[in-house]
Amino acid sequence: MHNTAGGHPAHLQHHFSDSEQQASASKLGMWLFLLTEMLLFGGLFAAYSIYRAWNPEMFYEAHKQLNVQLGMINTIVLITSSVTMALAIRSMQLNKRKIAVRFLIATLVFAAVFLVIKYFEYSHKFHLGQLPGKYYTFTGLQGSNPHIFFSIYFMMTGLHGIHVIGGMGLIGWMLSRTTRNQFSPAYYTPLEMTGLYWHLVDLIWIFLFPLLYLIG
Amino acid sequence: MDGIPAYNYLNTPKGWKSWLLTRDHKRIGLMYLFAIMFFFLIGGIFALLIRIQLLTPNQALVKPETYNQLFTLHGAVMIFLFIIPSIPASLGNFVLPQLLGAKDVAFPRLNLASWYIYVVGALFLIYSMFSGAADTGWTFYTPYSTQTTTSVIATTLGVFILGFSSIFTGLNFIVTIHKLRAPGMTWFSMPLFCWGLYATAIIQVLATPVLGITLVLLILERLFSIGIFDPAMGGDPVLYQHFFWFYSHPAVYIMILPGMGIISETISVFSHKKIFGYKAIAFSSLGIAFVSFMVWGHHMFTSGQSEIAAMIFSFLTFLVGIPSGIKVFNWLATMYKGSISLAAPMIYTIMFLILFSIGGLTGIVLGALSVNVHMHGTYFVVAHFHYVMMGGTVMAFLAGLHYWWPKIWGRLYSEFWARVGALLIFIGFNMTFFSQFILGAKGMPRRYSTYLDQYQPLHGFSSVGSFVLGAGFVVMAVYLIYSLFRGRPAGNNPWGGLTLEWTTTSPPPPENFIETPKITHGPYDYDKVIADNG
Repeated sequence: MHNTAGGHPAHLQHHFSDSEQQASASKLGMWLFLLTEMLLFGGLFAAYSIYRAWNPEMFYEAHKQLNVQLGMINTIVLITSSVTMALAIRSMQLNKRKIAVRFLIATLVFAAVFLVIKYFEYSHKFHLGQLPGKYYTFTGLQGSNPHIFFSIYFMMTGLHGIHVIGGMGLIGWMLSRTTRNQFSPAYYTPLEMTGLYWHLVDLIWIFLFPLLYLIG
Repeated sequence: MDGIPAYNYLNTPKGWKSWLLTRDHKRIGLMYLFAIMFFFLIGGIFALLIRIQLLTPNQALVKPETYNQLFTLHGAVMIFLFIIPSIPASLGNFVLPQLLGAKDVAFPRLNLASWYIYVVGALFLIYSMFSGAADTGWTFYTPYSTQTTTSVIATTLGVFILGFSSIFTGLNFIVTIHKLRAPGMTWFSMPLFCWGLYATAIIQVLATPVLGITLVLLILERLFSIGIFDPAMGGDPVLYQHFFWFYSHPAVYIMILPGMGIISETISVFSHKKIFGYKAIAFSSLGIAFVSFMVWGHHMFTSGQSEIAAMIFSFLTFLVGIPSGIKVFNWLATMYKGSISLAAPMIYTIMFLILFSIGGLTGIVLGALSVNVHMHGTYFVVAHFHYVMMGGTVMAFLAGLHYWWPKIWGRLYSEFWARVGALLIFIGFNMTFFSQFILGAKGMPRRYSTYLDQYQPLHGFSSVGSFVLGAGFVVMAVYLIYSLFRGRPAGNNPWGGLTLEWTTTSPPPPENFIETPKITHGPYDYDKVIADNG
């Protein structure tokens, strides 16, 4: 155990018998939470599959309106941010706190870059009137109900964007806790949980990118 | 042990702040208990208003539009604010860690957060009542729910928020059961209530997010007309029904599985006999949870899904009868040649067995495709649902409430008045709802504020029954509240139960057990314990 002689580590809550039990409980809880996140997106993936199966040509035509290059860059940015997140945790395990801080800052920066690029993509679509449902005013697309594609596009990427913002909040909080020296190689569970969450956000994008940008 | 222990979770620590910020699962369970009983009362008042309206076909009480809001509120309050959180979040929260020999649930802060999230969700629903309550029925079917002018958004947003509370409870329980069992407590020496809660928690975690995204889509459809569920814009309203029932069918097992867990406890304790078929009961809970995800289409036999889909869903629906039947037969076999004592929890347990069996068997009737097409949307469905949910879950909840009441408060209620209350509830319930089976079979459609004269005798009978039922609950409220002040001290183990919560004081200390309990016998080893005690 990580207990110092005769003491009770500050992070250990009273109802756990040791740090190991506490950490494994946190991990299981986090995985279950990630499962609920997947099912939350699962509803949208189901809607995507159904409407694409019904309107294959419309989906093919509409997807050409998305900017593959920007999507590709964003995919690389997010994957890189997952790497820096993992490296931050690794650094903490090796008790290199300052390096961990730097990696966390890098992760935050990549996340912000992702959102900035997304902002440019969104504002371009707003400008063209490629909007969901009744706000769809774009005329450059043939086929039935192309607004359905954009409804799904904005729903999926919007929900994902909210998760990116939430993740940035978590990473920022972890950054502050790391700078305040609250973690050690013996206890870095919150950092690790944030990492798991961030990888899921990344993973969902890895599914969104080909489904939305690379149809055909 | 005489008197109430001076050191217990109710008085240590003191002050209202220590309650509002508590992380003690017992206090949170109790706060949930108060909240759900409050909403049970509200939902019950809506139910009585409905029955007053239906006493005669003259629409004596409210206009048809208001009637639509009444039954919507009755459904939404009873389902989302009462029955889904009822057993897990109140009784489950209170006893699960004690059954496992743990000091608390795995994430006490998350547990408290779930209560506050519940309160916020409830506030949205209350707000909706005063801003033109939704009139869609508790299912919020599109396209009507996107067109009505009533406050569908406030209601569905409230339900969306309540979903998180349910997810957090489920998540907490799964981790608690996996990680916090006392030394020596194996999976198969856990009391069966834990298995019931475990199966429930799996459904809560897996199904609730799908309802969440469905309601988000519905809200966006209303706000921005995104067209996903709107046929005029290439969307599909039946997709809404698929999404909705993908959650809401498993959700009825969120409602019944914890009840089945309670029955598995009380039936053994009050028969003074080892539970028959422990593993069969445990695995049938998981079986029900598993099958629950594959039967949602039986709500949509007349909604325009394909015939082949309807046939498959009908067949799969029959499968639910197997694990349910396994449970009922195991409970009966537990009672067989037992030494049965008819204390209040056992009376409710027997009521559960009778009413749930009727509810379950009529479920098989409704699962049959040809019969369903005839019965769809009639009072037969209403009666079936109430036999399972009220005759099943609520009776099990009352069994559990009476069973653990002495543990929660350290005091006993009057057995005499408990019998009076139970008798009124049993008679009132059957009067109210058995008549509705007949009404439904004769073709009375649900959700109408008036009816043909020929249905009047049965509707009148049902309405009178609902007041007998209500009177039963009033009796119960009186003797339970009275017991808080004047009840005899219960002592540690008033029922002779063998599960761990009975080894600690009533009410228990904040940390549940002064010393981590040692497991010396199984939860139902009555033969062994009685032999040991000569």
